[in-house]
Amino acid sequence: MRKDRYTILGSILLGCLFIIMVSCEREPTENVEFAEFPPNGDVFIDAFSAGLDFFPFVDAGADPMAFSVVTDEVFSGETAMRFDVPAFGNGFVGATFNTTAARNLTGFDALTFYARASQAASIDAIGFGISGETNNRFQVTLNGLGVSTRWEKYVIPIPDASKLIGETGLFWLAEGASFEGDEGGYSLFFDEVRFERLGTVAQPMPAIFDGQEVTEQTFTGSNLTVTGLTQTFNLASGDNLTVTAAPAYFDFFSSDLGVAIVSELGEISVVGEGTAQISAQLAGVAATGSLELVSGGGLLPAPTPTLPQANVSSIFSDAYTNATESNFTPGFGGSTTETTMTSANGDAVLSYANNNFTGILFENTVDGSDRTFLHVDVFVQDPGAQFEIQIRDVGANQMLETDVNTGLPSGDDRDFRFTVNGLTVGQWTSFDIPLNGDIANQKNNLGALILVGGPNFLLDNIYFFTE
Amino acid sequence: MNKEKLNRIGVIPALGLVVLLFIGCATEDTQTVVNFTTQITMQDEFDVDGAPNGNIWGFDIGTGENGWGNNELQYYTDREQNVKVENGVLVITAQREDFEGSAFTSARLLTQDRFEQAFGRFEARIRLPFGQGMWPAFWMLGADIDENPWPAAGEIDIMEYRGQDPNVLIGSVHGPGYSGGDAISKVFVLENDRFDTGFHVFGIEWGPDEVNFYVDDVLYNQITREDVTGPWVFDKPFFILMNLAVGGTFVGPPNAETVFPQSMLVDYVRVYENTNLNRN
Repeated sequence: MRKDRYTILGSILLGCLFIIMVSCEREPTENVEFAEFPPNGDVFIDAFSAGLDFFPFVDAGADPMAFSVVTDEVFSGETAMRFDVPAFGNGFVGATFNTTAARNLTGFDALTFYARASQAASIDAIGFGISGETNNRFQVTLNGLGVSTRWEKYVIPIPDASKLIGETGLFWLAEGASFEGDEGGYSLFFDEVRFERLGTVAQPMPAIFDGQEVTEQTFTGSNLTVTGLTQTFNLASGDNLTVTAAPAYFDFFSSDLGVAIVSELGEISVVGEGTAQISAQLAGVAATGSLELVSGGGLLPAPTPTLPQANVSSIFSDAYTNATESNFTPGFGGSTTETTMTSANGDAVLSYANNNFTGILFENTVDGSDRTFLHVDVFVQDPGAQFEIQIRDVGANQMLETDVNTGLPSGDDRDFRFTVNGLTVGQWTSFDIPLNGDIANQKNNLGALILVGGPNFLLDNIYFFTE
Repeated sequence: MNKEKLNRIGVIPALGLVVLLFIGCATEDTQTVVNFTTQITMQDEFDVDGAPNGNIWGFDIGTGENGWGNNELQYYTDREQNVKVENGVLVITAQREDFEGSAFTSARLLTQDRFEQAFGRFEARIRLPFGQGMWPAFWMLGADIDENPWPAAGEIDIMEYRGQDPNVLIGSVHGPGYSGGDAISKVFVLENDRFDTGFHVFGIEWGPDEVNFYVDDVLYNQITREDVTGPWVFDKPFFILMNLAVGGTFVGPPNAETVFPQSMLVDYVRVYENTNLNRN
């Protein structure tokens, strides 16, 4: 994406905001007319509309050559948009179409277009609101849109058009063969892409947490996120259509600000003991689904270890001197994990959020020849949370060596993998993991613990020990 | 009353009707929405909270025969959960509940033996529900139906609507030789709007030789003696019915997405007579 444009526009927007805030000092007269962005709903009618440009998702692996403007397959007029979806294993088509100057879309209720495919297909994701300068603040995504081989009209409703006073992300899509056998090697055509006021997009039925009433045990200092944000409309066809809507379309509420507060982006911070209900509205309509947070106040500390120091090679515990210092934020490529140190009544604990994979890398290897177990205490707040600990011996060369395709140890590395599950929400569970498997006979250069999945958990008292 | 309102595919092709309408407008001054001097003869503005006015409205209770002849799924009651006047509107509510062997309840009001009239202007301002299986109607039956069973008594459907077609109105007449699926019918599609998001006026203007159908300020159909494929039975008093059916042959059953409870809201019902015609 051409971020320089976004940055320039961003600073212009910031300037506007400043002016408006200053003018709030005095009441504007009735004659004041605030400047508005043009209410142009056209995206691609017979050519790129005013200021529109094409930004393929190249960083994510999209093929920038997969898009073209064609004249031989059109619904109406002279030209149409064409995307060539590659076969499985050859990447995907993905792009956003943004304008250099923002549009005022408040007068519309849907993005509409005509589409056909060279074979029946399901588009992975399609919508609008991808915008670098607002961090996709008003992104809308329709997943799994089925497209037939005939030109047909499709509708993607705007969750709340009153929010779209200055939008640049007018259209985006991502489609690829996501598995062997998924459709690929075909073409998608779009024409007459525009924002419209249909007047038949009605009966809004917003939801958070996918409409479920969720309860979570939590503690002061926890951070959670409102998930499962959708807006559903009934269309003229009589069908309900559900899109994923960005948090900024919603207004979030906490029933007790002394227990939890929630930001406009749906980020919940637990600030005290008690019970708070997190709910939401979208354009004044109550969303189905809620989160009841039961905060027990401060996090209870994990059980205090009782083994003598001599029996322990500690990685992370307030009870013992460390056997080695460690790197808790290795920053593996592709990792989404947020790792923070938090406190349970003064006892330091490690907090992992949104973990796909991360690790604890020992600065010096630990000779575990005399050790028989790895101890770890685990605390989770989400029912069903589970993750894997891979105990890695990095071998004589003392280097972490991993096959990037399989994630398996390579070279002289060996590991033992243990799934941490059967956890009870809201309390510490202790695990003593035997140093078995491939490290049973190679544990003199223990060098790392790799943590996979979760995605959210707390760890404390991580140490190798001898009974 | 066993009336078979089966699938009504007797829809005159739209193009033909547009032509008809244009010709009608061009040649007859009477084809305006208010086309005669009127005198109001019945009105209910639903301004008194509670049960509907018993001097005007009675109720059909139960499931009739074979779901009121249409395999409808609801049990009609006069309980306030199903029918009440509140905040200036009549609220007819369809509930999903087990009741007397039915899976849904709702209400059907009628003016039989209370208010009956031949000719004039009959209109109601209504907001409709939505969703698969919702079947609201504002309609009329010939007042002689007990002696002259349907379809001989005649039926005029001022408003019928399928919840799964939220911008489509259906207006029809039924009589001997043109009933059920063979009714004389026309659909009207509301452009850039729907019937479940606001109130709309549904009405007819009925004279000895024709019934004009309109919605809001749009006249969308005229049915005359020449249009019906049997005897013209619209020359005698009729009474009014309003109901919210659930399921039935005309709409199919509700699905998992159909919202319950849901209501049909009626702001008013007004009937006028043609002072030139009715008092001759």
